[in-house]
Amino acid sequence: MSNRYTRDQMAARVAQDIPEGAYVNLGIGLPTKVANYLPTDREVFLHSENGLLGMGPAPAAGEEDEDLINAGKQPVTLLTGGAFFHHADSFAMMRGGHLDVCVLGAFQVSATGDLANWHTGAPDAIPAVGGAMDLALGAKQVFVMMEHQTKTGESKIVETCTYPLTAMACVSRIYTDMAVLDVTPKGLLVREMAPGLTFEELQAATVAPLLKG
Amino acid sequence: MIDKTFETLQSAVADIFDGATVMIGGFGNAGMPSALIDALLDQGARELTVVNNNAGNGETGLAALIKARRVRKIICSFPRQADSHHFDALYRAGEIELELTPQGNLAERIRAAGAGIGGFFTPTGYGTDLAKGKETRLINGRNYVLESPIHADFALIKALHGDRWGNLVYRKTARNFGPIMAMAAKTTIAQVQQVVELGQLDPEVIVTPGIFVQRVVKEAA
Repeated sequence: MSNRYTRDQMAARVAQDIPEGAYVNLGIGLPTKVANYLPTDREVFLHSENGLLGMGPAPAAGEEDEDLINAGKQPVTLLTGGAFFHHADSFAMMRGGHLDVCVLGAFQVSATGDLANWHTGAPDAIPAVGGAMDLALGAKQVFVMMEHQTKTGESKIVETCTYPLTAMACVSRIYTDMAVLDVTPKGLLVREMAPGLTFEELQAATVAPLLKG
Repeated sequence: MIDKTFETLQSAVADIFDGATVMIGGFGNAGMPSALIDALLDQGARELTVVNNNAGNGETGLAALIKARRVRKIICSFPRQADSHHFDALYRAGEIELELTPQGNLAERIRAAGAGIGGFFTPTGYGTDLAKGKETRLINGRNYVLESPIHADFALIKALHGDRWGNLVYRKTARNFGPIMAMAAKTTIAQVQQVVELGQLDPEVIVTPGIFVQRVVKEAA
């Protein structure tokens, strides 16, 4: 088996694509790791949908404040210059196209950039959507960060999503443990591959057709 | 003299009636008006429709209200969590109704009610299961879904400081749904950490002006 990017390498790779001055929302789960790899000399504004801009790292043990949490309900800090606001304003920032980038996890992404990341559709699952649908269509660029395949080896990059959709044609770039791909009008364009991986091997692991970068 | 402050939590929630729609502020436990929820639990109103982002965490607050079977229906964005077992059990038993709404639509539906808007077209949810059966419209090349306002009989919210005119300021991310729920309910009841004298809140930083607040009560005696 060819080499794969580790989760930390994926996070570091996403961080490279977040420029100085960007307003960014990092989704719950794997995308949260991206914050650890933003260069300290780069000013980036992290948004959390429960009402803060300028989110800082987790507080030291004993310094937690139950009134200062992120969307995952974990304690966080506020950077100097940060701000609080109510929920309607927070989602206006998203829906209104004011965020530059959001980074989301996914169950599936289609060749046309449809995203499925909120619900498996299993009959006994209790549905919960949170801010996923607003985030997926609100940011100027939507980056998806996920494993290339499921634990059972199925491709998560598909021609058409079989899981319930979060939003249509919203994803701009996909970062997996095997490759970095752009969603383009012509199809999925491979930008980078994990060291040692060939295009043919990548295509074999992906049910949607890929274009050589 | 106008004085919206109430002496006790009990008196502040005394007229919440069976079948009322009650907005409850908070995102998880931040901003959750736990003292008012406890008072509502003691007061005994049943068959409530509750509007909140979640469906209760752990054993206290909204979770306790659900556990006591006072809630007939919940309108929220994110019911399922690691510690939402009381909701999960009633939902699986078919004993609580769920209206699932994307979080931004939830916030805007609440805001719309408070702002006198009869409905609005939002791109959020278009083409998904949560927009099934809803009117859609193509506007300037983009697809939108018609969403309706959510009005409430009561809003229970938590703020940091309030005065006798009902002006409020909040603390950090505990602000979340408080300001918009205050606008959307016929009767808004704010539990505050401290009641302050008129004039002590800087008018430049008041977040919720008193016109949106009917009752202010200190959270602990």
